[in-house]
Amino acid sequence: MSRLAAPTTPPPADLLARLAARAAEEGLLDVAYARVDSPLGPLVAAVTPAGLVRLAYEDFNGGLDVVVEDLAARISPRVLEAPARLDDIRRQLDEYFERRRDRFDVPVDLTLARGFGRRILEATAAIPFGETRSYREVAEAAGNGKATRAAGNALGANPIPIVVPCHRVLRTGGGLGGYTGGVEKKETLLRIEGVLL
Amino acid sequence: MTVIPFQQVLDAHRDAVWRVCVAVAGRDEAEDAFQETWLSALRAYPRLGEGANVRAWLLTIAHRKAIDVHRGRARRPIVTDRLPEAAAPPEPERDDGLWDAVRELPPGQRAAITLRYAGDLRPVEVAEVLGISDDAVRRRIADGLKNLRLEVQPA
Repeated sequence: MSRLAAPTTPPPADLLARLAARAAEEGLLDVAYARVDSPLGPLVAAVTPAGLVRLAYEDFNGGLDVVVEDLAARISPRVLEAPARLDDIRRQLDEYFERRRDRFDVPVDLTLARGFGRRILEATAAIPFGETRSYREVAEAAGNGKATRAAGNALGANPIPIVVPCHRVLRTGGGLGGYTGGVEKKETLLRIEGVLL
Repeated sequence: MTVIPFQQVLDAHRDAVWRVCVAVAGRDEAEDAFQETWLSALRAYPRLGEGANVRAWLLTIAHRKAIDVHRGRARRPIVTDRLPEAAAPPEPERDDGLWDAVRELPPGQRAAITLRYAGDLRPVEVAEVLGISDDAVRRRIADGLKNLRLEVQPA
């Protein structure tokens, strides 16, 4: 015997789930994320202790790794995949897509937006299900009615689409305008809400 | 500077950490050692210097935590309200019988052998973790293997 083989049985499957739970209990889990399936394609959802911080269209944002690396760089490297911590938002999204829910009851963490952009997103979060506003109206609600371009940029960079309903912001005159993730997604969401037929 | 999400560190090194935990603490106590290792690593991770040898860093923690868990457990009395009436059923086949023997080695040899063969660190990395020379690592491994051979196959 000149070579000693390592013990080879892998760690038990539930050990990693318990690890994430304990990390959260001890305040060591700054960002928990999970993949969430949706009719709009796979999403990456992430929460901080303060609330939902990111909901990304996986394909449109360069894939899971890119989304997670971005969170590590912008929030904290203490990032773990912890699907159990996303159960609530996953269930609410399912209900929304099945047209059984018209508002999200999850705390939202707008850490990834700053200044005027953040005020735009806060104003957008207040638009009710099934209603729409123009870019100018949202800019006005955020405190500067002339800043429609800035409003458009802030909505295009919305870190939490669907839940912060940037799809409810349209061009004056009724044009759809752009959408993070492609305009067909915006159409689908507006159809779910009965705005488009 | 790219910030590596902790999940990627976990994915890359969890098997090596698990092996060291099993080798040092034994299968039954490995789960505690594994949890303590990763919680401790997660706590310190934001302060880890760029260019650090992450694997060697993690296995250093794992080795220390596994020893702590193993010692703590050994000191605690085993509480039981009755004695078993018959012999326990045979344990399922395991690949780590030899690691029970490794745990009985002198600490220096045990550490070197565990990090080398369970953690799969190169001798130079084992030397870094243990703070001893490359030659000393090779000597400890050779002595340890010799002792194991004597124990496992008595002359």
